[in-house]
This record gives sequence, structure tokens and C-alpha cells, in this order.
Amino acid sequence: MITKVVMEALSPTMEEGRVITWHKKEGDQVAVGDIIAEVETDKAVMELQARGDGILRKIVAGEGTTVEVGKLVAVIAGADDDIGDVDATAPADSPTEASQPVAAEPPPATAPAPAGGRIKASPLARRMAREQHVDLESVQGSGPGGRIVKRDLAGVAGVAAAAPAGIVSAGGFEDVPLGQMRKTIAKRLAQSIGPVPHFFLTTEVDMEQAAAARVELNALGDQRISFNDIAIKAVAMALMQHRACNAWWQDDHIRYFNEVHMGMAVAVEDGLITPVIRNANLKTLRDIASESRALAERARERRLRPEEYTGATFSISNLGMFGIDEFTAIINPPEAGIIAVGTLMEKPVAVDGAVVVRRRMRLTMSCDHRVIDGATGAQFLQTVTTMLENPMAMVW
Amino acid sequence: MAKSFDVIILGGGPAGYVCAIRAAQLGLDTAVIEKEKLGGVCVNVGCIPSKALLHSAYVANLVLHDAKRLGVTVGDVSLDFGAAIKHSRQVSEQNSKGVGFLLKKNKVTVITGTGTLQPGQKIKVGSDTYTATKAIVLATGTRVKGIPQIGLDINKTTVISTDEALFLDAAPKSVAIVGAGAVGCEFADVFNAFGADVTLIEALPRILPVEDAEASATVAKSFKKRKIKILAGATVKSAKVGTDNVTLEVESGGETSTVKVEKVLMAAGRAMNTEGSGFKEAGVQLDDRGFVKTDDKLQTTAQGVYCIGDVAGPPMLAHKGSREGTFVAELVAGQQPHPIRYDNIPSVTYCHPEVASIGLTEEQCKEQKLDYVVGKYPLSANGRARASLETDGFVKIIRDVKYGEILGAHIVASHASEIIHELAVARESEYTVEEVELAVHAHPTLSEAVAEAALDSLGRVIHA
Repeated sequence: MITKVVMEALSPTMEEGRVITWHKKEGDQVAVGDIIAEVETDKAVMELQARGDGILRKIVAGEGTTVEVGKLVAVIAGADDDIGDVDATAPADSPTEASQPVAAEPPPATAPAPAGGRIKASPLARRMAREQHVDLESVQGSGPGGRIVKRDLAGVAGVAAAAPAGIVSAGGFEDVPLGQMRKTIAKRLAQSIGPVPHFFLTTEVDMEQAAAARVELNALGDQRISFNDIAIKAVAMALMQHRACNAWWQDDHIRYFNEVHMGMAVAVEDGLITPVIRNANLKTLRDIASESRALAERARERRLRPEEYTGATFSISNLGMFGIDEFTAIINPPEAGIIAVGTLMEKPVAVDGAVVVRRRMRLTMSCDHRVIDGATGAQFLQTVTTMLENPMAMVW
Repeated sequence: MAKSFDVIILGGGPAGYVCAIRAAQLGLDTAVIEKEKLGGVCVNVGCIPSKALLHSAYVANLVLHDAKRLGVTVGDVSLDFGAAIKHSRQVSEQNSKGVGFLLKKNKVTVITGTGTLQPGQKIKVGSDTYTATKAIVLATGTRVKGIPQIGLDINKTTVISTDEALFLDAAPKSVAIVGAGAVGCEFADVFNAFGADVTLIEALPRILPVEDAEASATVAKSFKKRKIKILAGATVKSAKVGTDNVTLEVESGGETSTVKVEKVLMAAGRAMNTEGSGFKEAGVQLDDRGFVKTDDKLQTTAQGVYCIGDVAGPPMLAHKGSREGTFVAELVAGQQPHPIRYDNIPSVTYCHPEVASIGLTEEQCKEQKLDYVVGKYPLSANGRARASLETDGFVKIIRDVKYGEILGAHIVASHASEIIHELAVARESEYTVEEVELAVHAHPTLSEAVAEAALDSLGRVIHA
């Protein structure tokens, strides 16, 4: 049997991939699931798996070659199969999908089109997902080897399969149709300033109390907490109070989230990526600190998995470490906002009529005006300020 | 001998020794403390020898009742219970030695003696104190207790437990068995086959009370055919214990009957082996039923002390204990073991016909108000069962209406204990009845009845 190995869409946005390393050479025996090559996508270095058993008869795309998604990179076949006819240019058969249970009913209407290969799910979970219209790609599996099992679907409400890949646990948001006024605002603002009509709000936050709290927290244990971790936590907590800012622009509707997944811009060699701290509002500062370190490190090694850099509901960008006092960040669509965090500076400020030196930090929020209006954004930023100036407000 | 190990396991039964082997496989320096024979109750005075006796009983019934029809006429048949016991002892010895061999092969240190838990992950055996650097695992098990509150103290002569029944030279002429769970039904089967007049007494309304009602009824019918008397929903009002007989006044269904027997076998009630082992002093608390209190990781209330097997709570089954042993060993070695699904542990009674089940009974489905469908297939319609004259029984699969999830499965059949596992695998992997049926089943086999029951639950049974 001949299996064409094609460049697979290893991330939701991937259009082509560059073969970095072949782990198998021509003539090697391979089995389904074997890692045969590493491929660099637009976001990360991913592994390409064998979808058939046999011998790796021919490598079409050598190391360093860039190949479009769907195009041939190698051929797996039996020792005696004639592979002379395998056309290198024609797209191969689609990668094997997980087999569906053959039921008496018609095939599933929402059979997931896997972006990263097959979805592992039990037959019962597949059937429950099908009947409840839950996209299995949006579900995190907890069974053996990450397999989606019944308990992973417990409490997942019926959700249309429209959510982008790998992201938010289904049911964690509400879609609100656009009214006429919102439609007009969207259209006119977009005409005025490009696809995402940005506006910016800047505020300066007194960080004395946050700095004192940070010193005390860092004395408690090994996990060092940065000002950025504190900012992530404060913004995440504030978003829970201002759902209007925790949203995605979806062209014909706005999706308001009930969960906060915080994107965190990380500079990497020749680019940047925003890994996501999921449910950041629910996590402790300690967890946020360790998770953000781990994500940043893997981002720099280009080892993030797609589900680790997609699905943010809001983002933070911090250039404080470069001494930048204040800057504006560009929104990462479909998110509706991003906060740019500046450096912590000692400044003379007036407090109760006297000039004193205080540690201050400037925040600039970029808002998608189609989703967030000026006052909405300002009120949210006020809550963020309160939480940073009095960290106890986060647990209030 | 080293006095310090990574893991020390107190008890070498099916929970403890499996835990030890798995821990050793994962590179942990492991010791097992056992005061009696390796293999525990299961290997020495439980599962294993009773299966040997049940096979003797099976052969007795085969020769006495079915052989002639099957074309084999035998001469005078004599039954020798003592020989059956001797065979069962040999099997137990072999298995116990086998456990010793496996522990040695895996370089587990076996310490013979009675261990007493000490605070701070230590165990004292005689004058020696052993320290566990990673974990102590309690696997002390349970033992027979009987029901002294009804005037039936085990005296080991006329009122006996399985500990004595497994060593009798001869089958009693008459025996009353108190408790008709798995143990009671298995001994009823054995003693009946060896010519005893058997009365089975159960306090709950039916024999095998935790099994599906249809399974209970099928076994009861089969027992009655073999002249085993059943008193269910019964209370022992009084007991007169003599030197060579016992007289019981038993009330059942509003009537009081007198049961005079040579021996009474107490097949109900087990005591936890928790006393005098230093548990309390070391901070290991018990729950209100006397089991060791554990969390979902089987950790006790004492730091670094785990508990597995019977003493960690029901179901009191060897295979449940073994799995807990594997789970804890992997946990201690820093792995993330697959969580144990306590609702997917097969329950088996090895009388004839055997009863094997998994998941919910139909009664439980009703109580929980689940929307379910029953698929059932009788063995009387199965070719293989007819060929071996073993048509008593059925396969019953309870599935949920909406998704086809297998809620429970109940098999009464000559080899139910062997064919239940198809459904155990299916449930563990969350296959629905459709996947079970889609796998081609060999013909002719008893397992075809499983596929037919799955089909029946879908309204598509072929051979009925």
C-alpha cells in the first residue's frame, strides 16, 4: 500500500511549511504515528507523523525545502510497490482522519476537520459531541494520551462549530448579534482607519503598593513574580468585571467571553508570538509567573503547540524591560483590546499637595472601536488602575 | 539486610505484591512485609483454592448428570472431597510460591514477620525498624468475621468460616450457609456437588443481592433444580450450637422453619486488619465503617502512607486491590497513573452457572431514573451453549437510549467470568453497543451472545 506523505496544516493559519529535519531516511521502516520529520510553520516547529505503515521509499522535499500545505513531501510504501506513478505535484489523499463509528445514522454533520492531524476521542465522546453539536477541536482531552472522553464533555453546552481551533472550552462565551447602530459604527469607523479601528487610552498607575507586595511575595518562595505577572493578573481580574472588553469581533456578531485567556506578547528571533495563559483570572500569581516563564521560554525555542498560542480573549504587551515609558500596541484580531505596559519609573508626583517621588507605570490600552467605546474602555482601565494601586482589590 | 527502602509494603496479598512488583519495575528499592504466606487470602484461603474446588464440583456434576447424554458412560462414581481439597491446596501452594518467585525475580525484599507502623514512615518488625524514604503502602487486607450478633460465633467445628471449609476432610452431610453473596453461592455449589444437603440463608430478599435481579433469579432457579434450598429475606431467630450439629430457627416470608444441620458456614462479614498494627498511633485514621480513610490518590491521613486493597474500602476484590497497587506504585514513582474507574470493576461469582457483571444493574438504572434500553440474549438460543448442555443463563446489556453508552452488563453463563471482559474493555474505552456489535464475533462461541445482546439493545437481534 502506498501512502503519500503531504505537508499537513499543523497550525490553524499555516499555508506552507519548511522541512527542517528528517528523522527517517529513505529505506527506513516506519509505522503509523512515527515522527518522520520536523517542520517549521509560521508559528512553531512541529512534528510530522507517518500516516501509514511501510518503508519510507522516497523523500521528495529535502531538508530546508518549503512546501505548500497539501503537497507531497515523501512516499511511504511496501518494498515491492511501484511508486513511479506517484505524482509529486498533485495533492495527495487527505490525511487519515480518526475513523468514525459506523452508525445507523447518517455521518456526522460536524465531523471535525483536524488542523493538527486526527482528534483522539472515544466513540462515546464522538457521538455525544456530534449530537450536542460540540466541536471536538475545542475540547481538551483528559483520557489516555490526551484522548477526549465522556467526562471532558460534561457540562459543555451545545455550541456551533464556528469557534476557531483549539481554544476556549465550549460554552465559555455568549454571541450577541449586531444591532443596526453597532453595524453602522463598525462600518464607518473601519472606513475611517483601516480594518481594525483602533483608539487609545493612556493612564499612569502608582505602583508603590504593588512593588511592596511583590517584595513580600518574592520573599515567600522560589517563584519570582514580575511586574508583568502582576499586570496580567490585574487585567484578567478587571476583565471579569468588564466583560464588554473581553470580546472578539466576529464580523456579524460580537463574542463576549465568560473566561479570560490572556495573550502575552513575547519577542522571538525575527518576530513575535503571543502565547496564552488560560483562565488567567483564576490562577494564582505564582502559577501565572511559572507559566509565563515556561511559555516564553518555549516560544523563544519555537516549540509552542498551536493550542498554546491561539484563543486569547485579550492581550498584554510589555516593553518595560527596554526602558520604554509608554507605547501603543496593535490589536491582535479578533481580540478587541490590548494593553501596552511601560517601564516602572521613579517620578516626582504631587501627593496631598506635596511633591514626592513615587514608582509609576504607564498603561496604554488599544481598543477596537467596533466593540469597545471610549467610556467602556476608560471604565475598564480604571478598574485595572485600582487593582494595581491597591492589590487587595483583586481579591475584593 | 538493608533497613531503608524507597517503598515498604505491609501485606503480601494481591494488592501488596502487585504494588511491590510494579514499584520495583519502576526502579524503586522495595520491600514487602508478610506475616503468613505470600499471596494473602486470595491465593491461600480465598479466590484460588475455591476455584479448584469449584472445578471439582463441575466435573462431579458433569460425570453424574451430563456424561451419559454426551456419550460417555462411567461406572460407579465416588466422590472424594478430601482429594478435591488436596488438589486445591496444591494449587494454592504453587501460586504462593509463584508470588515468591516473582518478587525475587523483581528484586523485591521479602521480610517475614508482623509489621507495626511507626510515625515518620517507619515500620517495626520484631526488633528491627525499617524506614521508607518515599512511601509506605498499607495492604493488610481483611479476614473472616462471621456475624456473632446472631449467636453464631465461629467455633471452627460446627460453626465454621471459609478458613475451615477449605481444609475439611469430607463434605458435611448437611450444611446451612449464612450469606448468599459470591462466597455463599460458590460453597453452596461445591457442597451440593459433593452430596451435601445445602440450605442457603440470605437476609436480603434474594441470593446474590448486589447482582442484577434477573441474574439472581436465574442462579436461584438453577440451584433449586439441584435441590439447594434457598431461604431469602430470612432472619436467623435463634441458634442452638451442639457438638456435632446446629439447629437454627429461621424466619423467611412470614414462616419460621427449623434447619438442623451438621455444620453452619458463615459466609458473611469480614473484619479489617487494622487493629494492633500501629495505624492510629502513626496518624492513619479510619472511616466510620472501619476502612482506612484515603483520598482520591489512595493516600491516608498520615504523610507518605498509602493504603490499597480490601482495607482501603469496597469492593473487596483481589483485582481491585491489584489495580490500586499498580496505581500507587506509579504515583510514588512520579508518574501520573490512569485514574481507577471504580464503576468499571468486574464482579464475578464462580458457581454454576457463573455470574459476571460490570456497571449498573437494571434496578440501579431505574433508581437513578436513567433513560435506558435492555438488550438480552438467552444462552438457550446459542449453539455453543447447547453443544455443551450449558444453556442456563443469558447476556444482558443495558445501554442508554441517547448515545448507546453501555451502562451495565450482566452475564449468567458457564464461562461468564471469561466473557465479561469484552464488555469491560468496551466500557473502559467508552465504546458504545455499536462498536461491540461491529467487531466480528467468532462462531460458534458463547461470546456471540454478547454481540446478539448488543444487537438486541438496538432492536436488531439476528438469532432470536
